Amino acid sequence: MRSTLPIRAPEKPRLSSLNGVAASAIRFRDPRIEMAHGAGGKASRRLVEGLFAPLLFAGSPQPLNDAAVLAVDTASVAITTDSFVVRPLQFPGGSIGELAVNGTLNDLAVSGARAHAITATFVLEEGLATAILEAEVRAMADALTRANVALVAGDTKVVEHGKADAMYITTTGIGRPLPGIVVDARSVRPGDKVILSGPIGDHGITILLARGDLDLEADLTSDTRSVLPLIESMAIQAAPGIRWMRDPTRGGVATSLNELARDCGLGIVLNEDAIPIRNEVRGACELLGLDPLHIANEGQFLAVIAPEYANAAVNALQLTEGGEDAVIIGEIQSEPACAVLVTTRYGGSRIVDMLVGDPLPRIC
Amino acid sequence: MKYVDEFRDPELISKAAEEIRRLADPGRHYRIMEVCGGHTHAIYRFGLKDILPANIDLIHGPGCPVCVLPMGRIDDGLSVARDPSVIFTAFGDMMRVPGAHGSPLEHKARGTDVRIVYSPADALQLARKNPGRHVMFFAIGFETTAPSTALTLIRARSEGLTNFSVFCNHVTIVPAIRAILDSPDMRLDAFIGPGHVSTVIGCRPYEWIARSEGKPVVTSGFEPLDLLQSIVMLLRQLRAGEARVENQYKRVVPWEGNRAALKAMAEVFELRPYFEWRGLGFISQSALKLRDQYAEWDAERRFPIPGARITDPKAAQCGEVLKGVLKPAQCKLFGNECTPEHPIGALMVSTEGSCAAHYQYEHRKNLVSVA
Repeated sequence: MRSTLPIRAPEKPRLSSLNGVAASAIRFRDPRIEMAHGAGGKASRRLVEGLFAPLLFAGSPQPLNDAAVLAVDTASVAITTDSFVVRPLQFPGGSIGELAVNGTLNDLAVSGARAHAITATFVLEEGLATAILEAEVRAMADALTRANVALVAGDTKVVEHGKADAMYITTTGIGRPLPGIVVDARSVRPGDKVILSGPIGDHGITILLARGDLDLEADLTSDTRSVLPLIESMAIQAAPGIRWMRDPTRGGVATSLNELARDCGLGIVLNEDAIPIRNEVRGACELLGLDPLHIANEGQFLAVIAPEYANAAVNALQLTEGGEDAVIIGEIQSEPACAVLVTTRYGGSRIVDMLVGDPLPRIC
Repeated sequence: MKYVDEFRDPELISKAAEEIRRLADPGRHYRIMEVCGGHTHAIYRFGLKDILPANIDLIHGPGCPVCVLPMGRIDDGLSVARDPSVIFTAFGDMMRVPGAHGSPLEHKARGTDVRIVYSPADALQLARKNPGRHVMFFAIGFETTAPSTALTLIRARSEGLTNFSVFCNHVTIVPAIRAILDSPDMRLDAFIGPGHVSTVIGCRPYEWIARSEGKPVVTSGFEPLDLLQSIVMLLRQLRAGEARVENQYKRVVPWEGNRAALKAMAEVFELRPYFEWRGLGFISQSALKLRDQYAEWDAERRFPIPGARITDPKAAQCGEVLKGVLKPAQCKLFGNECTPEHPIGALMVSTEGSCAAHYQYEHRKNLVSVA
């Protein structure tokens, strides 16, 4: 879940209605902000739904999505925003600059939109080496070129040494909806299939190992990339069957699917054996007591597809570069309501909840 | 993955499950306690209850060290860290455990220097790197983690590193099992013996359970096949009317334990006369403290400790759940006031606690959609 919230209507919110928000609407009771409130799991959701939404988006009838789709005059425009605070700035397979572009492109893509332009805001720490900044700006430029997207506005602030961790980047993107795709959790029905674009956990585990706090090494790189080409291929074959999509970043697949389960009121039953996980990720998770379903990804997406389109969607993904491992990992059922159930091949099953707390340090 | 995949093999698992169904007398109800929190977590994570016949009840024992730590100890440990020169270090499992004045993470949010370490050696390294600060390691765990704390203290002493100390909460498993067996409302048929603890202490310390209490014990590994095989071994003993200690986890657990680890523990620690266990009360000779020659590294002797005693809310029925008298969901607070995010009772605080495991993996399975 990102900080982007759906906006009910294209007009500006009326200030009078904001001022009139009753105190009882604020359900966020945690006395202080902790790392968990930014980790993408239960605490993040509590903060967004309990404080931000009632004050800033009162009365919005839509579930929380990665991007909002607005009607501006006669055109439909998708908009999203995201901040990047990852440490270390560079890691195997990517860096903060690349993440800052791809993350926003992906939030638009899983909302069924192709990015048109983005803006960037830099918060830089006094003393940051120019060479480091330049490398990240080049990484952003490369990612923009690959995606054929323009950066159209920006802002820079510098804060005193020690008041920030080298650099933070915020990007905002606008895009045009892809024709024929409607992403809405409320359209999900029992029998729909859950599709995953590829192996999970690469990004989160790469960052964890790159920090060097653990004496563990693995031949693993972050999966950061734009998922738009995959989604476009899938849409050509299966657009009318696409019900819902999400990129399972912080909080992982489990958190994204729990949000879906809650928003649609249905159960999501996953087949554990079908979920692609690299051995390096499995090994690190076994050692550290982490569930790969809670680990962050930066280049994968989940889609819920109507059953008659599911095979076509998977075939389309598998024929697209980077989508070779795409697979159906489960299906929507009426029970257990509002929950995600994982079944094992030897007949056991378990509920998988949203991420609670913060298992990993700043990862995106 | 080697040592994992073969113990999750569906064919072997279904054979073990068949053998359990064959051995279990349908006219009898079996109550088997797994002592170790790691087993509790594995049983839920792998959904083993779905595989076992209904007349085999797994009772979740006291083997989650985070769960059995009294709240006052957390407040005592954090009181040391109020001094801004102190860095409070602990394993990640401790970070969300609430004291009366908040968890280590909440203290961190208020400015206390709280850091997660993956081993006490990391805390020692932090002390070496920060000679102007004092690094305190908040040590928890059974015999599984006590040797690494001991080795770290031996290292600190030999290096003469005095800006490092340990706030010791290490406990020992056998007195807790004895307390459970002594409890009048307790009825158990057999024990799944702890796996990790036994890598250190071996299997001999459980022999009295078989000999004087007449209950079979099988030391078990943590994969689904390990646990099912251990249940097969227990049922075979029960069927034959025997009570012995057996070792299913031979690939890891030596019968005599790990002598080097035991030697390091004996060098550094001695038994406390008594120690409070959350949910079980005071148990004599059930915890470790630092010996006099390590007084300089003992946070409890170096710093003034308030000695906070905080009793759990009366409504929390942790003791009954710990002893298997109640199932987690039968506690009045379960899932309402007491959840993993806002734990009230001991067993909800760590993923190895039986209430947290039940909440996380089980209790929403039966919810029915209204849509």
